[in-house]
Amino acid sequence: MILEGKQRIWSEYQKDIPDDHWYYVRSCIRQNFFPASERMFTHIVKDVLGKDLYETPHHTTCGGIAYHCDTIPQETAMTIVARQFALMTEAGYENYCPSCITSFGNYAEILETWREYPELEARIREDLWKACRREFKKPRYLAHSSDLIFHWRGEIARLAKKRLMDVRTGQPLRIVEHIGCHYAKMFPSKGVGGAEYPYVLAGMVESWGGQVIDYPERRHCCGYGFRQYHVKANRGYSLSNTYKKFESMEPYHPDAIVTNCPGCPYFLDRWQYVIASQTGKTYGENGHGIPVLTYEELAGLVLGYDPWDLGLQLHQVAVEPLLDKMGVEYDPKAKYLGLNKEDLMRPELPTQIKCY
Amino acid sequence: MKNLFEELCKDYRFKEGFHNCINCGTCTAVCPAAEFYRYDPRRIVDTVQTRDDAQIEALLKSETIWYCGECMSCVTRCPRKNGPGLVVMALRELSIRLGYFTESEKGRQMLPLTRIMTGNILKYGYCIHPETFRFEDHLEAGPVWKWHMDHLEKSLERQGANYMGDGPGVLRKIPDKSIAELKSIFDVTGGTERIEHVEECSRRKADEMGMEYDEYERYAFEHCSETHFNE
Repeated sequence: MILEGKQRIWSEYQKDIPDDHWYYVRSCIRQNFFPASERMFTHIVKDVLGKDLYETPHHTTCGGIAYHCDTIPQETAMTIVARQFALMTEAGYENYCPSCITSFGNYAEILETWREYPELEARIREDLWKACRREFKKPRYLAHSSDLIFHWRGEIARLAKKRLMDVRTGQPLRIVEHIGCHYAKMFPSKGVGGAEYPYVLAGMVESWGGQVIDYPERRHCCGYGFRQYHVKANRGYSLSNTYKKFESMEPYHPDAIVTNCPGCPYFLDRWQYVIASQTGKTYGENGHGIPVLTYEELAGLVLGYDPWDLGLQLHQVAVEPLLDKMGVEYDPKAKYLGLNKEDLMRPELPTQIKCY
Repeated sequence: MKNLFEELCKDYRFKEGFHNCINCGTCTAVCPAAEFYRYDPRRIVDTVQTRDDAQIEALLKSETIWYCGECMSCVTRCPRKNGPGLVVMALRELSIRLGYFTESEKGRQMLPLTRIMTGNILKYGYCIHPETFRFEDHLEAGPVWKWHMDHLEKSLERQGANYMGDGPGVLRKIPDKSIAELKSIFDVTGGTERIEHVEECSRRKADEMGMEYDEYERYAFEHCSETHFNE
């Protein structure tokens, strides 16, 4: 191996991540399926690490899902994004942090397209003025929220109450990392570690004591496919791709999966339930599935938060086997309680995959 | 009829994604759609690079262009910096613009998709929203999702959300002024025109197929022919 060449290639995939003053925009999917993850992100960044993270209620969807479902023209998608940038500019920020990977890819694609075709950027500026009477500066830095947690992974490790270790054996937990496709597959230089060897989640896992598992289909899509999920007739596409990933990772016996994409944790979680319901097959130990976590949920467990404050009760695959391995204390009776311990009853439990 | 290849060349995604395909098939080898559907992105790009309008028109009316999941795995791996996924996006755009999308079962899905996505954006300011992500249409979301939806406000309150509330936070109500700005963006940039065009073409196709419009939309959303799949 020629080390110099290797270092040059690797340097292209290092990312400059400012340490403070971020403008935050939320994810449509994550707000629906993992609402507590975004709350934990803002809590960690603002309250635990003491950083400046600003959010305005006026920001909206970036339109990325609609765009990749081919339901809005590119010019419409770009102008929605231009409005988001205008809100950032008006708030006095220049570091832009989306919570969504589809958004992150959308922003990266738009900024690159404008760089290459300045006449298009000029047209979008005119469109935004006509539509909203707003003007914008482009972000100086664009980083996904997982980039920020990666950036502060060392500080989180220093504050850790739990490690990604099996307390019963003392061995590192075996973690599969799954990166959202639009994080770096389109623009490898925009992601920490690029598209083939992304380090954004692997870095967190290693810093917090876990062991990253390599497996053949590590870079395969979870199967979201936009229209391939949102149209009922197409969902076999989504299920089949998730199935392929689980069949590939099964021999490596992962203790958990961590993801940085909005849809991936939902699909990798729910399709395990569907696979078990249809075939009886489960991929975890003793009839359980493999718990699938967002990086905020994982960071929250490491920092010692109550798993039900992290929203882990909204997963269909039971997280309790992971909690037990990490030595996380939790109250099973509190899992489905509302605020102030209000009784909200309990969901029906599936029969083919072990849940609590 | 306009020259279809020239029309494609005006699309910025096509400019980015279409260079010189060497027919190596790497895109097909890594493509999630190619394993599931009778789909071969290599052949799509190869067809386009013939610049033969008859072949391109057949492609625009086919099922094939609707199989891609836009994951863009092909963009990373193409040794010649093509982006078959971007070429597909441009083909879909042209198929919709010319009204060819109603000629295929998968293309006709544009009606329910457009209604779901643009309906959510223009009403709520989100692409996905709990009010329209019904458990009945998403049984795969599992009993925990049913429980969540049955107790939506209380469950979201427990999760720290600000559901339909004022101010910032998870699933906040997007202020009316911001929704109005989104509508204005749709009007100025062709988004509204696109919605009306998809509706008009779909209604015409429903008449041609002898179906009520609601029945046409439901059928497009739910029906899947066996002919799409790989063996």
